[in-house]
Amino acid sequence: MTLTTFIAWICAAITFGTIIMFGSVGEILTEKSGNLNLGVPGIMYLGAIASLAGAFFYENGNPAPVPWVGAFISLVCALVASLLGGLIYSFLTVTLRANQNVTGLTLTIFGGGVANFFGGSLVKLSGGVGQISVGTTSSAVRAQIPFLSTALGPISTLLFSYGFLAYLAVVIALIAHWVLNKTRVGLNLRAVGENPATADAAGINVTKYKYVTTCIGAMIEGLGGMYYVMDYVKGTWDAGGGLEALGWLAVALVIFTSWKPKNAIWGAYLFGFCYWIYLYIPSSLSAALAKMLGAANVTHMQNLYRMIPYIVTIIVLIIVSKRKRRENQNPASLGISYFREER
Amino acid sequence: MKKNQFEKPHDSIKEPLVHIIKREDVPAWEAWGIRIVAVVLGMMVCALFIQGITDLNPFKVFGSMFNGALGSSSRIWQTLKDMALLLCISLGLAPSFKMRFWNVGAEGQILIGGLVSAALMIRFGNSMPSGILLMIMAGVSILAGAIWGLIPAYFKSRYNTNETLFTLMMNYVALQLVEFFVDIWDKKQSHSVGVINSSTKGGWMPYLFKQQFFLMVLIVAVLTIGMYFYLKQSKQGYEIAVVGESENTARYAGINVAKVIRRTVAISAGICGFAGFLEVSSVSHTISSLTAGGRGFTAIIVAWLGKFNPFAMTLISALLTFMSRGANQIASDFNFNKHASSILTGIILFFILGSEFFINYKLVFRKHGKEAA
Repeated sequence: MTLTTFIAWICAAITFGTIIMFGSVGEILTEKSGNLNLGVPGIMYLGAIASLAGAFFYENGNPAPVPWVGAFISLVCALVASLLGGLIYSFLTVTLRANQNVTGLTLTIFGGGVANFFGGSLVKLSGGVGQISVGTTSSAVRAQIPFLSTALGPISTLLFSYGFLAYLAVVIALIAHWVLNKTRVGLNLRAVGENPATADAAGINVTKYKYVTTCIGAMIEGLGGMYYVMDYVKGTWDAGGGLEALGWLAVALVIFTSWKPKNAIWGAYLFGFCYWIYLYIPSSLSAALAKMLGAANVTHMQNLYRMIPYIVTIIVLIIVSKRKRRENQNPASLGISYFREER
Repeated sequence: MKKNQFEKPHDSIKEPLVHIIKREDVPAWEAWGIRIVAVVLGMMVCALFIQGITDLNPFKVFGSMFNGALGSSSRIWQTLKDMALLLCISLGLAPSFKMRFWNVGAEGQILIGGLVSAALMIRFGNSMPSGILLMIMAGVSILAGAIWGLIPAYFKSRYNTNETLFTLMMNYVALQLVEFFVDIWDKKQSHSVGVINSSTKGGWMPYLFKQQFFLMVLIVAVLTIGMYFYLKQSKQGYEIAVVGESENTARYAGINVAKVIRRTVAISAGICGFAGFLEVSSVSHTISSLTAGGRGFTAIIVAWLGKFNPFAMTLISALLTFMSRGANQIASDFNFNKHASSILTGIILFFILGSEFFINYKLVFRKHGKEAA
């Protein structure tokens, strides 16, 4: 394997990892407030379709769309749509105390429905023909840092060849880590997630904390959707349901990181690295394995290689659970709606 | 004149405008009344949504929906088939969720059950009597599903490994296995197995009363009643409930928690594997990565909303199936894409979820008259 191939692999891993990093950092915050939101795929879908729709209407309405304006509109739309998703979830689970799992799963169905419906028929509904595509906005979202992205050769490719959202993901993860562990707000939030009754008695507004964190978490998840649609699939709509699978991986990554945003950074990249491994396994090895398993075509082996990230996750999970560590557990009240008068 | 600040201490305490009280013993008719109102409200929002994007008369659209789900005998059977499959999976999930074992791996268990069924159909479809083959397929698919569930259950009972993540990952492993075998079995390089044994019908579920799905619906109906008694009346069902409430209580009562977890998940995942067999043998006669089709997640909603009561779960799966088949009909009648059904299902479910609040809690508003007195 040459250095160039290896760097290409790492770049692919970082691009892939960024999507699930947004999703999992958002969900870590949400879960820290005691809300188990299984609606992550749905919220990412909402963010994705809103960013695409916003950019689409902007580019359609303007004869000469300005790239950065498109990107800005797209960003705002993604944030607003995913905020709405978070609000639906918070209203149902916090105010109406609905079951969190069912609400989350319903949000996933709803978000997926909204996104695929409009993703598939937005062009038709607005009277045009063909596939949706927002090249101008996507190019702005994917714009690399000038000079730095080429000046240092391979190092530039490795570190500076991504759109701004990839760096934002890391910054958000670090901020989330800082807020959770070093601030009063973070302390209160953890108290709400661990024991809402005690937090309530200490004068912390449990409802407010749950609402605000869930909504902020949802907006971060929505950015993951935007990154997927604008950067990963370059401003078109992927009707294959790929984003839903990534949303579930983001939920999985939360447990993998043991609820620490800092771990989400390397966890997401590592997962991305394992995800693309199937493209980089030497063909001689594939041929030998294919012969052993009776597969006619060597490319069939890729189906099995694609299991690797999931199997690695399972193995890590088992090892972590064997060394029972208290600080690696989920927030104690996770999944339970809080009602003050119920003791 | 300076007001004595101790005169009226109540003035400084602000009574909230609304106050929530837990309700006990809500009569069943009232609870169902609230749920029906919720569904009707949800339908109204759906109508607004449909009108918003299409300018069609909502009543006409609902007519079309009804027509799509129940408009003819073959459509009724299609609806019954979808409902039976969804219900079968939810029946499988009910015991494990009642035990608070987060089995989000139904998708994988269905796929694995379907995969072994398809393998047996391909291998023995033309050499074994169909009846015996069907029995073997059913048995092996249950076994395969059970094994797929037992792997996470073993680690859960041994090391308390997080089962949500574990079962979720097992879905993808199963998915890739299916893709792998589809490519191996596929002779035309079309990335699809095609209909298996289309000429000999080996391993196909027989038609009863000329209906393709009659036998399958009957099996699921029997399973529904069986699961009701298993959860409500049997000792094992009781053990599941105790472990679900509190593992420590269960341990104190002398229940072998690890054993109960493994047994329950094996049953649960076995039924999901069986659902995969039903899908392959009775419905599609093929296997692909879309065989589970998201039902494993929808079934979780059915099981939870039905509070693990198989009869309530039957009603909910009927409603959801009606919605999705009806919405598919709208999609084809009015020429928009089929994902509209997920939006409508989502809206209705949000309303049902919200309605539970009004069944469990009561709002008390601030009384001004009393305060002034």
